[in-house]
Order: sequence, then structure tokens, then C-alpha cells
Amino acid sequence: MNHIAPGRHAGVYHYDEIDRRFITERVEQFRQQVTRRLAGELSEEEFKPLRLMNGLYLQLHAYMLRVAVPYGVLTSTQLRKLGHIGRRYDKGYGHFTTRQNLQFNWIRLEDTPDILADLAEVDMHALQTSGNCVRNVTTDQYVGAAKDELVDGRVYAEILRQWTTAHPEFTYLPRKFKIAITGSPNDRAAVRAHDVGVLAKRNEAGEIGFTFYVGGGLGRSPFIGKLIKDWVAEEDFVAYLEAILRVYNQHGRRDNMYKARIKILVHEMGAEKFGAEVEEEFQALRGPKYRLPHEVVEEIRANYAPPPFETLPATSLDFEQKKAANPDFARWVAVNVAEHRAPGYAIATISLKPAGGIPGDASSDQMDLVADLADRYSFGEIRVSHAQNLVLAHVRQDDLFALWSALEPAGLGTANLGLIGDIIACPGLDYCALANARAIPLAQKISARFADPERQRAIGELGIKISGCINACGHHHVGHIGLLGVDKKGEEFYQITVGGDPTLTTAIGEILGPSVTEDAAVDAIEGLVNVYMEKREGGERFLDTLKRLGPAPFKERIYAAA
Amino acid sequence: MAVKAITGNRLRDGVVVFLGPDAGWVESLDGAALFEDAEAAEATLADAKAKAERERFAVDIYLFDVLIQDGRRQPVKMRERIRALGPSVRTDLGKQAAA
Repeated sequence: MNHIAPGRHAGVYHYDEIDRRFITERVEQFRQQVTRRLAGELSEEEFKPLRLMNGLYLQLHAYMLRVAVPYGVLTSTQLRKLGHIGRRYDKGYGHFTTRQNLQFNWIRLEDTPDILADLAEVDMHALQTSGNCVRNVTTDQYVGAAKDELVDGRVYAEILRQWTTAHPEFTYLPRKFKIAITGSPNDRAAVRAHDVGVLAKRNEAGEIGFTFYVGGGLGRSPFIGKLIKDWVAEEDFVAYLEAILRVYNQHGRRDNMYKARIKILVHEMGAEKFGAEVEEEFQALRGPKYRLPHEVVEEIRANYAPPPFETLPATSLDFEQKKAANPDFARWVAVNVAEHRAPGYAIATISLKPAGGIPGDASSDQMDLVADLADRYSFGEIRVSHAQNLVLAHVRQDDLFALWSALEPAGLGTANLGLIGDIIACPGLDYCALANARAIPLAQKISARFADPERQRAIGELGIKISGCINACGHHHVGHIGLLGVDKKGEEFYQITVGGDPTLTTAIGEILGPSVTEDAAVDAIEGLVNVYMEKREGGERFLDTLKRLGPAPFKERIYAAA
Repeated sequence: MAVKAITGNRLRDGVVVFLGPDAGWVESLDGAALFEDAEAAEATLADAKAKAERERFAVDIYLFDVLIQDGRRQPVKMRERIRALGPSVRTDLGKQAAA
């Protein structure tokens, strides 16, 4: 197999021969399984769990392949390969998801072994993107670049990737298991909305440790992760997670899939008792076998060494002049660009949410362009955010104008990060076999209604999240405004929630009232925004005004006319 | 008037297919066999499932409701309308693109 080395300075883990042999063997295993299925040697009942273990679902129009993007970090080589797969085996595009992965919607079963072989060439795969195992660990899309970061989450996400890959004890859990980790006090990874949320931090001595939240999750029964341990030392990181998973594996319900997630166990058992059982297990298994040696951590950390930043002044006259001369560029910088830890550098988010567009979709041509721009301006590295955008994490301030100038004509220069147009939406009933209602058309109508960039900026921070069914892949529960698609006697309706919060002050949104039609939902969003704009005080965000006033005035505006 | 039709996804590529009148599979709802009698539909469904598995042709096979209005066939549920046509947000893709 012809392995292509990832970008030299890109912050990805560099596979060794063992990793590559394992992935290659899995591809060949699946090739044989597909051959046996097509020859009738395996029934559909026998084959279905095998294909799901390779990320291959059957959706409404075709098979869907979910490709793992470990903790959302890609090299330009990998992104180009995804573009190539989209062009050759799909219909020229892919969909970035809230799990920082990529889904192809039009895959043929008989092509899948070749696609997986193509992915393996660039150290990628689709393992653990389905099934009752530990799924792709997600993290902060600004990792390794953010000014507020205390600990590099990639290091520990990679340790978890290695620990969980083909872990025999955790391959058949009661249900799927999602872990998110952040190393910044400003949570950008929605950690408390996950089965396990990890907050990496440092103590006064500068040592690294972890706070564990357990039992969070959205879906049918949303719960906020409960704090069960404030400090776990680095050397015990794996041991403590192993203890959590063992307690879950032992007590999690296998008789009812709707009650099988760890959130139900923690809720029914109580966080204190669950934490006590984990502690007991932790103390029992703690020891040399489960100790995470510092030298192993450092070896992995070496993969994420900072790229060779130039020594630059903190501010650039040229950059300031470009902003002054070009208001559209200045707006994009103000909205989509975040502070970088290195002087003279910036973090640029590429919005995949043009007004009226499909959230998270990127064409193969766009993937190629972003890969080229990453090579030119960001050390050959790209991140996928859980909000379905792409990030170039290490761009010189002086290169931002050239970057934006290249993005804009390709439909990638929209300035709406964190604003009302930056909508999270699952594929919904346009693609998904589980959905009850469409999510994308509603997102398109809302972003078109609020297309005016100045109006968006005037409204300020406002996260709308849309799910096409109660499984909540669109994270509607934690949207400042959430929209859940429901089927009412064959018609699509949308339930509106307000007050959700995905950050460390996590909150589940409150249902405002009866569900409404798609058109009425767009009007309802306008009504909610208008109430906020009329009643906000000082620098209040939508959430602040909602907290101060409660939902009553918002509810009244939407339902008064009914 | 609502009648029933039988649908599934083709094994080798996942494409949406419909059971035709001669027990073969077709790609367009216009060519699908329609059943006015629910019992006959259920019996045909059982046969179709067994035959499709035997021949490794289609999977996830089930019945769905179709309305016939002005001679045109339209699935009752949005899910089946989208399967029969393609994504409503990408009318350049799916069966609708070829129409």
C-alpha cells in the first residue's frame, strides 16, 4: 500500500506500522465480508453488524459511509483524499457532522472496500463510527492554537483513540459511547452533553489532571453530565476511564435500547452512587498495568509539537490597513477569526453555512480548495468543528486577506460564526432513515431570512440547532433556540425550545409550546429575535435576555395570534 | 384512494427499488405493482422478502401507502416521497434528476 505522509507540521498523530497493518487488515477483512454477502454466504442479518462496524449504514437513497476524523483534525492530504472519494464514489460532495466526522451519502456497497483502502492510504478509516462501542473522541476545534488553552486535548484524545481501538471489553457495550475532551476553561466541545465529558486542566504546581463529567447526552432523554471526580492525575487517566466503562458495562441496561445509555444508568443510580462504584473499581484496577507513563504521554505529545511559527509582531499594519479598506473583509475577521496564542497569527473559521445553503455540506472542489489553502497558509492542517464548520488554526494575520479572497468566490467566505446563520442541522428526512422530518430546508429558510450580515451582527451570538428526530444529532436540546422535527399525522411539524446552552454552564432548552409548521417556525424565529432585540439591555446576548425575562414574553409573541 | 406498494433498497448499491407486477424489481414508483387488498399485499411482501434474500437482490423490504390522484402516484408519507424522488434539498440528485 502506498502511504502518503501527512503534512510535516500538521498536528496529527503519525501512524506507525502497527496502526497501518491493523487498518489494512480490517479493509481486507471487510472486502471478504462484502464478497461473501454478495455471494450469498452471509445473510443480511449476519452482514449488517459487520458493515456497521465499518461505518456503513443503509439510509434512504443509498448506503452512507461515515468516515472517522479523529478529534476533528485532518491533514491537507487527508482532506484531498476525502474530496477524491466524494468525486469518484459519491456525487461530488460530503457532509461534515456534529461528531466532527464526514458522511458520504451515495455509496455503493460493492465500492466500499475500495473506498476504505483509499482511506487507509492516508491513515484514515471508518471504524467505531457506528455500533455500541466508544466512538470518535471529539475535542475543541481550536486545540493547540487557542489563547485560553491550558492543556492540549489532542494528546489525551489520541491516547483514548489508541486505548479504545478494538478494545475487546468495550466493543459490545450496552449502547454507543461518546467522549469529549476540552483543555480550555471556555468549553467549545460541549463536553457535558456527552456520555463522558473531560475537562483537562493544571493544578497550582502545573501538573496536568482531569475533571470527569458523566451521564450527559441528548437524544430521547436529555441529561447534563454530572461531576463525579474533580481531579484525576494524568497517570490515572486511562485507569479512571476504564473504571467508568466497566461500571457501565456491568450495570447498563441491555434489555431496552432506549434506556441503555450511561445517562440513564447515572440518572437511576444517582451520580454519587455511580461515582462511588467507579471509585471502588478505580482503586481495584489502579496499578502498573493501567498507569499512563509520562514518557508515553510525551511521545504522543511530540506529534502535536507547535508548527514552526515565525516571530511576528502582535499586530500587523498591513492587516489593519486591509481591514480599513475592505468592510466585507473586516466583517469576516470580526466574526470568523479568533485570537491565536502566537503573536501575529490567527485562527480562521471557514463557515460551511452560506445563507440558504446546506449546513455542513462541502463539495469535493471546496475540499480541494481548503486543502490547498491549508498548505499555503496553515501548515497543511484543517480542523472540523462540531458546529459543522472547518478551521484553519494557524494563519498569519498578514495572510488572512489572501485567505478570505480565495474563500469568498468559492462560497466559503460567509461571516456568520456563532451568529444566527451558523445553524447546526442534521441531515434529517432528506437523507436519514431514522428522521421524522426534514431539518435542512428549515435551516435554509432561516439562514435566507436572516441573510443580511449586518442584521446578523446586530443580533449577535445566537445558536440555532435543528434535529429531524428525537435522536438529536442536530443538538437541538442545547441550542439557544432548538428546533425538533416531529411527524404529526404525516405532516412535518417543529417543536421550539429556548434556553439551551452547550458550554460548561450547560442547559437543556425549555419547550415553548405546541409544535408549528415549517413556515410558521421561520416566522417564530423572527418573533423570538424581535422580542430579544426590543427588550435586551446593555450588552445582553439572546440567552441573557431570556434568562432575565423568562420565556413568557417570547412564548406570547409566537402563540398570541393562535 | 390509498393503495399499497412494496419497496426496498438494492443490496449492491443501496438504490431504492420497487416490486414490479411480474415479481421483478423496478427503479421507478411508476412501474411498481399496486395492491388494493391489504392481505394480498402482506402475502406478496413475505414472498418478495424471501425471494430477495435468496437472490441477494434487495434488503429492508416493506409496504408503504400510495395515493393515486388524477392518475398520478404519490406516496402518502414524506419519507416515501423523498425516497421515490431524491433529497428535496438537492433536486439535481436521485431519481428526480433523471426525470
